[in-house]
Amino acid sequence: MNWDLLGQLLMNGLIIGALYGVVAMCFVLIYKSTQIVNFAQGEFLLIGAWVCWWFLTTWELPFVVGFLFTLAFMTVFGIVLQTVVLRPMIGEPIISVIMVTIGLSLFFQAGMKWIFGVNVQPFPKVFETETVEIFGMMIQTAYIMSLGISLFIMIGFAWFFKSSKHGLAMRATAFDQQVAQSLGISVKNVFAMAWAISAVVSAVAGVVIGIVNGVSDTLAFIGIKVFPAVILGGLDSIIGAIVGGVIIGLLENFAEYADGQWFQVGNMYTIAPFYVLVIILMIKPYGLFGTKDIERV
Amino acid sequence: MAGYNMMRCGEFRTTYEKDTTIFPTPMSKKFAILGVLLCVIAPLQIGEFSFVSDTLLTLMIQIGYLSIGALGLNILVGFTGQISLGHAAFFGFGAFASAWMNNDFSIPVFFSIPLAGVLTMAVGMIFGMPAARIKGLYLAIATLASQFILEDFFARADWFTGGAAGALANPFEIFGFAISGDRSYYYVVLVYMIAMYILAANLMRSRDGRAFIAVRDHYLSAEVMGINLTWYRVLSFGISSFYAGIAGALFAHYLQYVSVESFNLLLSIQFIGMIIIGGLGSVMGSLMGTVFMVLLPEIMQEAASIITSTSWGNIPAITEGINFMKEMVIGAAIVLFLIFEPDGLAHRWRMIKAYWKLYPFSY
Repeated sequence: MNWDLLGQLLMNGLIIGALYGVVAMCFVLIYKSTQIVNFAQGEFLLIGAWVCWWFLTTWELPFVVGFLFTLAFMTVFGIVLQTVVLRPMIGEPIISVIMVTIGLSLFFQAGMKWIFGVNVQPFPKVFETETVEIFGMMIQTAYIMSLGISLFIMIGFAWFFKSSKHGLAMRATAFDQQVAQSLGISVKNVFAMAWAISAVVSAVAGVVIGIVNGVSDTLAFIGIKVFPAVILGGLDSIIGAIVGGVIIGLLENFAEYADGQWFQVGNMYTIAPFYVLVIILMIKPYGLFGTKDIERV
Repeated sequence: MAGYNMMRCGEFRTTYEKDTTIFPTPMSKKFAILGVLLCVIAPLQIGEFSFVSDTLLTLMIQIGYLSIGALGLNILVGFTGQISLGHAAFFGFGAFASAWMNNDFSIPVFFSIPLAGVLTMAVGMIFGMPAARIKGLYLAIATLASQFILEDFFARADWFTGGAAGALANPFEIFGFAISGDRSYYYVVLVYMIAMYILAANLMRSRDGRAFIAVRDHYLSAEVMGINLTWYRVLSFGISSFYAGIAGALFAHYLQYVSVESFNLLLSIQFIGMIIIGGLGSVMGSLMGTVFMVLLPEIMQEAASIITSTSWGNIPAITEGINFMKEMVIGAAIVLFLIFEPDGLAHRWRMIKAYWKLYPFSY
């Protein structure tokens, strides 16, 4: 047993898992409030990271300014996307809605490749020191920042849904759209807000991962990795998304460790979460915290 | 979902046979036969003269095997209402299975193609098992997982696929006569295509086909009427994989080389695009959608080559980005069709026919 390596990998798993949790939370937010399964979640990360990269390199803005511009851009992007593409799909069968988001994901992924190329582009240096030592493990500063940002976003979400007016409106809409509408909540605005928040928060995650690994179209794969996390946690549970994200993050790193130490089959890091996904769907389709969908005739 | 027909005024279907017939009017039958005849004579070469160029013939063969795969997906998605995001993986499984049986067990290609279909059907039914318990969105995610799991299997199973090196497939041969060259192989694909389309059209008239449609339209009512939901969902996965397997095997023996990377998520999405653009729940729509999906990138390529030949159009954004533009257009086509024409080209075609039937007096 190689304890140092295991510890390092589990630490990575925790940090990456927290980011998965954040992206999964955005996914759940959209699913809960608008009943749309967003297969283009990964593209939000991709677009956010590329736009931020573009602000920082081409325009040479300082990180904070560029980052804020990115967030503003993503807000507009989320609202426009919801209004133009997703609003006509209200009331359509679930197959159509799923396929619209798949079409969008293909469109944006290819578009980003077209505009920014297929090569990995490093982010400009954001921090002075590259790594910090904690408990005898070398950890990148960006990872610490990412963990901090993830925690901050999670607390922010909790506050937003528990105590703000808009959060309450969103919860009401998620509970029952017609009742919410009859109480004077603008369901249209709630939908647009859900997409905007989801796009912004995903972009934050995208930028954080971009700082650590560089920006490339592999970022969009996070959007697919999110599925095991949300299914594990339960599709309509925000807490479940965070727990699921962390578990999947830990699991894939542990799978890689176990593979490297004992099995030697390779590629476990990518594929293990999908095996878990199938197993969960077979034995507990509504996940750990999801609401059971009971049908009565 | 398209599941209805617009009937011409004065056209009465007084018996059950007339209602379920494939060709509602004698004219439609004549047109279908004419279409098949045109396909048969298309690749003929008389001396130097030929009806279609080699490039066009390649595209026609592509349309042939891809439309078989699309038809399979349409049976699953359009007729049974299940979602599959892993169709490319089954297509790939068929390709590898046929090459594997031919190489390792020396089964002639003539038999290995249908056998590959049967083998893929078995695999599809195993991966369709989750469909017995889950539906809708959960099923979409489960099939997404099966896409990645099968892709990983292809990369890993050296004995089956040849691993990273890929597999070599022998050319098609029938009782010792090797069929080589596009112009002969075209007929193999054409025969398979016509057979599979007739099979699907007849399947939808049978008890099983009606059961599929009932499961799609209202699965609770279907169950109340005595349709075994679990069996029909799994069977639908099986039939769709059978089609995918046949299509994959035809693809393998056409290219004579199968690489591990060709069956990715993008191909699955393209299959979905074909049936959405063609029309969910329409047999001929699968073919129309495939034609659209195959020709669209080619037309874009042509357009790009015209634009780049001008002085202002010869910029890297077009010359180097054309592949990404093709992908973007496929994505955009899926989105636009779902927003503006959710019933697809098949529906549009019916509208055009209805318009011209009464032209110029539309009432």
